[in-house]
Order: sequence, then C-alpha cells, then structure tokens
Amino acid sequence: MGQTENITLTVNDEQVTESVPVRLNLVDFLRNNLGLTGSHVGCEHGVCGACTLEVDGVMVRGCLMLAVQADGSSITTIEGLGENQRAADLQDAFKRNNSLQCGYCTPGMMASALEYVETIRNPDRDAIREHLSGNYCRCTGYQSIVDAVLEVVEERAKR
Amino acid sequence: MTGPLNIFDKPNSYIGRSVSRPEAQRLIEGRGQYVDDLQLPRMVHAAFARSPYAHAKIININKSEAEKLPGVVAIFDGADFVDHVSPYVGTLTHLQGLRSPPQMPLAIDTARWQGEPVVMVVAQSRAIAEDACALIDIEFEPLEAVCDAETALELDSPVIHDEYENNRAWERIVDSGNVDDAFARDDVTVVERTFNFARHTGVTLEPRASVVEFNPSENALTYHYSGQAPHMMQAILSKILNLHEENIRVIAKDVGGSFGIKIHLYGDELATAAAAKILKRPVKFVADRNESFVSDIHARDHRVKGRIAVAQSGEIAALEIDDLTGIGPYSMYPRSSGIECNQVLNLTGAPYAIENYRAKGTIVFQNKNMMCQYRAVGHPIAMAVADGLLESAAHEINMDVVEIRRKNLFRDNNYPVTTAAGMKLDDLSHQKALEKLVSFMDYDGLRKDQVGAREQGVYRGIGFVSMVEVTNPSPMFYGIGGAPISAQDGATVRLDAAGALHVSSSITEQGQGTNTIIAQIAAGVFGVDMDRVKVTTGDTATTPYGGGTWASRGAGIGGEAVLLASNALKEQVLEVAGVILQSSAENLDIEHGLVVDSENRTERISLGDLGKIVYYRGNELPSDVTPELIATRHFRVTDIPFVFTNGAMAAHVEVDIETGLVKVLDFWAVEDCGRVINPKLVDEQIRGGVVQGIGGAFYEECIYSDDGQLQNASMADYLVPMAAEMPDIHIAHIETPTKTSVLGAKGAGEAGTGGAPAALMNAVNDALRPLNTSIYQMPMTPQRILKAQGTV
Amino acid sequence: MKAADFAYEKPVDLASALDLLNDEDRDIQLLAGGQSLMPMMNFRLAQPELLIDLNGVDELNFIEEEGEVITIGAMARYSQLQASPIISQHVPLFTLALPHIAHAAVRNRGTIGGSVALADPAAEMPALLIALGATITVISKSAEREISARDFFIGIYETALGNGELVKSVTVPKAKKDNVYGFYELTRRHGDYAMAGVAIAAGSIDPVSDLKIVLFSVSDKPRRLKDAEAVLDGKDLDNADAHASVKRALTKFEFQGDLNADAKTKQHLAGVVIKRTLEGMV
Repeated sequence: MGQTENITLTVNDEQVTESVPVRLNLVDFLRNNLGLTGSHVGCEHGVCGACTLEVDGVMVRGCLMLAVQADGSSITTIEGLGENQRAADLQDAFKRNNSLQCGYCTPGMMASALEYVETIRNPDRDAIREHLSGNYCRCTGYQSIVDAVLEVVEERAKR
Repeated sequence: MTGPLNIFDKPNSYIGRSVSRPEAQRLIEGRGQYVDDLQLPRMVHAAFARSPYAHAKIININKSEAEKLPGVVAIFDGADFVDHVSPYVGTLTHLQGLRSPPQMPLAIDTARWQGEPVVMVVAQSRAIAEDACALIDIEFEPLEAVCDAETALELDSPVIHDEYENNRAWERIVDSGNVDDAFARDDVTVVERTFNFARHTGVTLEPRASVVEFNPSENALTYHYSGQAPHMMQAILSKILNLHEENIRVIAKDVGGSFGIKIHLYGDELATAAAAKILKRPVKFVADRNESFVSDIHARDHRVKGRIAVAQSGEIAALEIDDLTGIGPYSMYPRSSGIECNQVLNLTGAPYAIENYRAKGTIVFQNKNMMCQYRAVGHPIAMAVADGLLESAAHEINMDVVEIRRKNLFRDNNYPVTTAAGMKLDDLSHQKALEKLVSFMDYDGLRKDQVGAREQGVYRGIGFVSMVEVTNPSPMFYGIGGAPISAQDGATVRLDAAGALHVSSSITEQGQGTNTIIAQIAAGVFGVDMDRVKVTTGDTATTPYGGGTWASRGAGIGGEAVLLASNALKEQVLEVAGVILQSSAENLDIEHGLVVDSENRTERISLGDLGKIVYYRGNELPSDVTPELIATRHFRVTDIPFVFTNGAMAAHVEVDIETGLVKVLDFWAVEDCGRVINPKLVDEQIRGGVVQGIGGAFYEECIYSDDGQLQNASMADYLVPMAAEMPDIHIAHIETPTKTSVLGAKGAGEAGTGGAPAALMNAVNDALRPLNTSIYQMPMTPQRILKAQGTV
Repeated sequence: MKAADFAYEKPVDLASALDLLNDEDRDIQLLAGGQSLMPMMNFRLAQPELLIDLNGVDELNFIEEEGEVITIGAMARYSQLQASPIISQHVPLFTLALPHIAHAAVRNRGTIGGSVALADPAAEMPALLIALGATITVISKSAEREISARDFFIGIYETALGNGELVKSVTVPKAKKDNVYGFYELTRRHGDYAMAGVAIAAGSIDPVSDLKIVLFSVSDKPRRLKDAEAVLDGKDLDNADAHASVKRALTKFEFQGDLNADAKTKQHLAGVVIKRTLEGMV
C-alpha cells in the first residue's frame, strides 16, 4: 500500500483527524471518509465545478487538491452552509427561482454564487454569468441561477 | 358531482400554479441521495480496461500482474460472463429489417469501438481497480476501422460483423403523393441543401452510476440506479441475469441529470450487476468523465440531403430528404438505435401541410461509440432540415420567412390532420403560436434594427422554427416492437390516519419536478394542501408498474394516472364520509383537508378525524361498510401513437464575421404543451432545453480521428454551454389541452432542444446572407463559419 | 479517474524543497497550484514517483516592489495578483489579462510559477512575460540563475529549467508613463484556451516604439511577431499599412492547429486579434 499521512483540519466547524492515502483528493476524502456527500464529483479535471467548495475562505476545486494538502485548513461544504445560515438568502432565492433541477451542480454552483454575493456584489447579469462560467449546469440553462444571484446581490445591497 | 370537470377551478387547485419544488431544500442543503453517495458494507468498486482501438482482435488477455495487486477482488473478461449473462439484441420488430448482432457486457474476441469495455476489475477501492487495469496486458491486433458513415456501405469497406454482408443496419423509405411530378412542375423554385449534424453526447453532470447488491439467501438483486426507467431495468435484468422479476428491486433516488443518457443498458453496468451476483457482495461502478465520453451513448451524427419545391405563392409543392446516420457497432439495447433516424423521417416537415413527401433513411454500423436516443430524439435534425430548406426557399422567392410559414402551417381549426409521413396530429396551434411569437419578440422592430446594424457593419440575423414535439407516446413507440418498456403508468393514492395523502407513481424524477407536479395534481384533485402530500417515485418495490420519465411523458401519462387515482380515492372517501355524516356523498366535497358541504362549503369533518374513525374506531361504522382509503389507477394513450405538441421559436444572433464567433442575443419560445400544470417548471424545462440546443448548434461535437479515436474526451475539449455565453430566454404559452386525457397535459421536456438548433441555424444564415454565404453544418463553429465565408 | 500512487513530501522551506528536488533517480513533479498537474495526474498522464508540494514554502509567495521592478514569488496565486495594488498600479498588462485566465475557482489556486514551469503553449502567462520582457529566476541546490522569458520557453511543455531547478520568482519591469499595453484573446467560451491570443507591449504608441507583439495559443510556444514589430516601429498606428504589414509577417509565422482551429484559421485569427488589440491601444 502507498504512503499515508495523518491530517487534522476543521470541517464545518468540527475538528477532524484522519489518516489518508496521499493520492486521495479532497472531495473524495470529504465524501468517502467523512460522509459529506453534498460535494459532488463531476469531471475530476477541474472543469465542471461540481466539487467547488470553500477552503480557508476561498472557493477551490475539490478534485484538484489533495486531502493531505488540507492539513491544518478550515473547510466549509454545502452541508456547513446548510447549517450556518450564511447562505440562507441565497438558498431561498435558488428555491424561489427554481435555480436547480437535478441538484447535482448545486453545491458547487452555490459555492461560486456565495463568493459572488459576498465579495464581488456587482448587480450586473453579465458579470454574474462570467463569475459562474466555471460551473456547469446541464439542466437550467443558467438564467434562473443568474436571477437568483442578482436578487440576493440587490437584497443585500439594501441591508 | 365530484367528477373531474371542476378540478381546474377548485379553490384549492394547484394545477396551473408555479409551486416551488419541495425537494429543492434538500438538494440545496447537500442532502441529496445520488447513487455514488451510497456506502454499503462489504462494497467493492469496479473499473474497466477499455479498448484503445476502434476495431481490433483481442489476441490475449494477461491478468496475472493485476491479480497479484493487493486489494484486487476479482477480474473478469468477456468469456467469464458467458455462463452468467444471456446475450441481448437491440432491435425492435416494428422497425422492420433493423438488424444488430447479439451483445455481451464485455468485448469477446473483437473490440468494435474505442472505449468498449474489455476487462472488468473489482477491487477494494476505485483507485486500486484503476491501478489493476493499468497492469492488465491485453494483446490487440488492430483491424481497419469503419468510421465514416458515408463510406461504410462502399464495396471495399471493411465489414464490422462477419455475419452480415455489409454494414447496413436499417433502411426505410417513406413516399407520399407524387414527389417527382411536383419537383418537375415549371412553376416551382427548388432549393437543395446538404445538412450535417455532428455527434454529440449528454454530459450529465452526474456520470452513470450503479451500485448493485445481491442477496444469495433470497436470490434477490437490488440495483441502485441513476436512471429514468426502473421497471424497464427490472425486466431486462431479469431476462439477462436469469432472475425472477419480483426478486429484482430497482431504486432510483436522486438522479443527477439523464436526458436520455441513462435509459439504456450499458455493458459496464450489466457487468456490475453480474459481478455483484457472482461475488455475492455490493459492487459500485461510477463512470469517470473520460469513460463517460467514450461509453455514454452519443446522438445525432446525421447527414441529410434535402430539397424543397415551393410555388411563387409560397406553397410547399414537395419535400424530399435522404438521411444517413451511423450508430456505432451495434444497435443499443433495448430501445434500439433506429428511433432517431425513424423520427427524422416521421417528423421532417410535420408542421406543414405537404402532400408530396419522400424520405429515405439509411443506418450504418461504424467503429465508433454507440448512438442512441438522447433528449429530443431526431427533432433537431428534422426541424433544422425542414425549416432550413423553407427559409432558404422563402428568400429565393422573396417572401418573408414568417409569411411562408403562415401559408404552409396546418390551420388551427382544421384538426385532426395526418401528415405526409402519416403522423396523426390533433389539438395543435401552429398559426396562433407563430402570431404570438411575432408580436412577443417584436419582429418588425428587430428587422429594423437589423438594417441599422448592417449599416454599421454589424451582422445580426433572425431565424425561426415552427415545430412539433413527440410526447406522451402510446405502446406504438416501443412495446409494439417487443421491448419491455411500459407505455402506461400507474399511481396509488392513499389517505393515512392523520389525513395526509401518500402518492406513489411509476414516473420518475430527474430534476424536472415530477414529484412536485404529482403532489400538485393529487392535492388539487383530492382536496388537501400540498404540504400534506408525500410522493414516492423511483422504486419498483413500492410504486405501481410503469414506464418512467422519458419521451416527455411524465406529466401527460403519469400525471393523468395520479388524477384518476386521486379522483377515485376522493369518491371512496366521500362515500365513507357520507355514511359517517349520514349525508349523501353528492352533497359533500373535500377542500383543504376537510370534508365540506358542497353547497355552502362549511366543514363537516376533517380528513384526520375521518381517518381515525376508519383506521382506529371501525366499530363506529356499520358492519357492511368496508372503507378503502386507497386507490390505484393506470393510464395509457390509446388510439393515437403520440400526443404531439407544437411550438414556434425565434433566435436573434450577431455573427462576428471576422472571427466566426456567434453571440446569441435573444431567444424566444412560444410553446403549446396543452394544460400547463406548473408554469415555472415548464418554462425552466424549455430554457434548459434551448440551452442544450444552443450546445448542439454551436459547441458540442464528439470529434473522431479517421481511425476512430475520440479526440476530445474531456470537459476541457468537449465544449458544453456555460453561463457566460448563454442568452436570457423568453417564454410564452398557448394552452390547447389534449383530448386524450382529462388533465389535458402534453409533454414539454424536449421542445427547446428539438427546436432551438433550427432557429439558430436560420438566424446565422440570415446574418450571413449579405455575404452570400450560408452554413448547414452543426455545430456552427467559428472555423466553419469562417470557411463558409471563404476567409480561411 | 484516480491518480496513480506517488510519494509525497511537503517541505516548509526552499532549502528543503531543493534538497528533495536534487535527486536524479526519481521522477519528480513539483506541486504548485495543481490546476494543471492534478488533472494530468487524475488522467494518469502524469505519474510522478515523488510529488513535492510547494504550498508550504512561504518564502516563494510574495509580491514585492523594488526600484524599477516588481518581483513575484513563484507561489503567488492568480487571485493574489488580481487583488494586489502593486500589480494594478505597476503591471497593467496583468490587470488586462488575468480575468481571462480560466475561472475564479481556478485562479484562487493557480500560481504564476506553476504556469511558467508548465509552459503550456495555450496559456496566457508565458506570453505576458515575454511581452513584458520579464526575467525568470530559477534556483537549484547549487545555484541560482536568471533567464529572460524569451529564452525560457522552448516548446510545448518545454522550458529552460534544468534538473534540480525550480522557478523561484518572476521579475517584471514597472510600467512607465508612456508604456501602452494590450491583451486580447478569442475563445469559444469564457475562460477557455484561446483559438488565438496576443499580448502587446509598447514603449509608446504615438509614434510606436519598443513594440512587442506576442502571439499565444497558435504555435508550439508564445512567439513574438518580430517582422511586424520592426515594420511598425517608429510609425503611426493609424497608418493603413500597419495591418498589411502584420498580415505579411503572419505568412512567415509557424502556426500549429488544434481541435478548435487549424493552422490556417489560427493565422487569420492572429491577424484579427493583433488588429483589434492595436486599435484598442491607440
């Protein structure tokens, strides 16, 4: 068997210590070792965006990072967002606009959308489309997702 | 009356309302249950060594190095499954003459496409299984590959199957009226074009995935399935794995997109089931993206030569097409690979009153991945060919492209009609849809804008399509041809002791909102609030028998079964209520979970109280009253093969003539899918479908080398539509309910994908017209547009 | 699609990284942002025996202003460059180009050093560095040397890096008052590799001086269009001959086609991107 390493990290505010094979990527680790199956695997080469999640405050591709590289980091997955209310308005807007059909892209799309409403905040459809352009959705055609993100950007600006 | 006549006007009807999908919350919180999320005790993982060649003899397979790898559980080659799996043949008897040799899950002796599974490894993890695949030494002797459909029938072409004299799989000719005479008329203008439609594929974001459990003590197999047709899978696994159907349970929970990709029997998935049975432990197989590209079915790949004759009045005098398509080395099981070509023949020109129509379809085998039914089967080809020819002809006779449609579309007041290809159409609204589209999009304004833009050197174009969509198929689609595919669906509706409604249905959910519309129909028809309806779908053990969700049939067929069952249960409940309340059932109704007086709408008894009397205190009922608080009904379309819908769509594009890049500025769709159950969900089906159509029109193509190697089997190289380039899509409806059901709903899932490419191609050609050039090849890539102009 | 197994080391300083790298017997890959290497490993196109993860080497992650130059550590990520006031003030060409490099989540991990060391002919960064006249500092256990960007990129995934060497930093001159920059690429979708792209730097634009036109994603490596640079130098860009001279120069350029555009199409599109970029720079 190959090399394994012990890693300790924080996942959705819970400390986790695990022994992982060094070749295991982050999204497989979250899904298979921690049972956090909300993050999805779509292409394993960084293009589809299904595994996009938050590591130390920035959105990354979970398939392009090794689990061993996450040692010492803090990770928020879709399950964490479901509980910490940080994205509650975005989740409501996704529901209201039917911004998801099969739901497979949703965890990654939500991560990218959250980054947009928290850091970019430009109420412009084209800018939203550009920011989401690394997340593939086969079902919706994207318009309803853009609608939802724009609604949240505008609502948050009023607060 | 408690009958169905008033269900659409009831105070608590949900039909016609944009209700949000209840399951969205679960998916938004990461609580979906997709097949790959399953972790079962003793579960092992499969990977496949696939043929690197398009066509090769398998001389020898050496597994010894791989077998030594720690963590490897079993290795199977094709021969290892011979005693466990019955061969299967992907033909349908009603596609007369369609032929295809028997298939097995893994290649035996010869591999016939690059990506065909040859050896299966089962190991403790997917990574180890892949390590083992790399250690398997397969000796191949490459054979000449048949790749180009155009030359597959030539006498000197290699023949893919020894048992056949050539590579022809099927041929059909439709000949109606007198085509030759019509083309020979001296008052007609004839336009002739050749259309090419590249291969593309579904790229479901969730790849194909199976987890199969086998319980030897009960000889029972459980198949966790990411797909659309659980009962079909149950039937075919029974037949092929030699198990009783009742011992096979197929469960489809959340499905991460399907679009027709996950409705076929794939060798790797069958091998997974066979391995689980042999190993007596759960086996998981999840296709990775690379193997998805080389093994998920591909679609389209048609070359159509077409010509149209129009009179100066605009009347279509005749239409003739010749379709050639390559389907890979076999016809896919169980739906066959003959349907797309058949649809092209059936549907080309179907919106128009055409007397003289001839169509020839030829299907050939080739050494490429298999081709089969994918969203909007045949429609994008049929619509683009007919409407591409029609718009070209309109320009030849100096007639507006809307005007020529007005002259030829079937009249709205004249149904039923039968098309030249023999399709029976009823309850359609082509003319109304076109007029609504023209005013909705401000056609005149766009034409003015186009003139202004051209003066600035900007090339904008407007293109249309008038289309039909095959929905709600009857048994004439598959069942008649011998496939174990149900055209009917069932629904069971049950009232529990708390007054809540439980619905189980044989249609399935892949994100369209199936479960939501089931709840809407049941709640409204029966008379409870929607949050008191629990819906179960996707499990052969707990749902009535039925076809599933495909061919835009879920709402129209499954929805009608829910309506009928809900209505039946309502009558049964009111009968019991009548006894309890000593009232006549006719004087009672159900509303918001209460039995009410049908006249003054006041509460008589709550459903919860009624349920408690029936289930707990039956002693309060007369002994000859035997309440049944459950009802099951089934529904199928009879008398006609399909319930057609119609639509009219328009695209507005801007072509950068220097670069060949096209920006889709706007897209409009007017759709008549009969009664709209949930406008939001229907709009989103159409939007998603249009974007898939944009994919086919501009981006998506499985690019093969001359020797049959797929060149772009990654998401970096196979271009799917992404957010930045997509337009906003404007949607309007006309509702002409179908007379085939009480609900009146037709399908809506495929219209966008079926129609958009035609409108987009026409728009691009409209933009290019001042340059005296045109393009009839999809996808319309920048390079192709530049080549059409002679720039490169 | 799981990576083949490998040994993994995560040094915490540059010296240990160089020690590890100083091993000619093993097939070693350096892991920077991983946005190109990890896909190749997942596809098993890359199967290193040893993977040295540089993400723990903090001394490689910096953006520094010193005199007339800006020096950027190899492990600086694209998103850091985008957010850096030093970059936005002094390296306007980066500001123009960075939003076009892949997608936000990829830029959050991808590093400048990774892109430089990979030398993907379709990538933007090598072209930007050639246009800027950048210097690439490489280091091994025994020595450190500076290589000009124009000499560093040799071919498809081929660089001047020797055994045991890694990219330490990239140094670019600060933009001066009269300098003008242009960047343009034609992609089928936002963030894709380009069908043709160009980065242009000019000492001044009216009249043109010190012009560098660097085409990328059209050949085996980013290449300057020196014939056209020479013709345009000292001229006024509104001159109708400008485009003709570019077109002439392109006929001598070696184009290599890909799945999206054959060599002939790339030649045509190269002319379009240069024309449009120069127009935008006037």
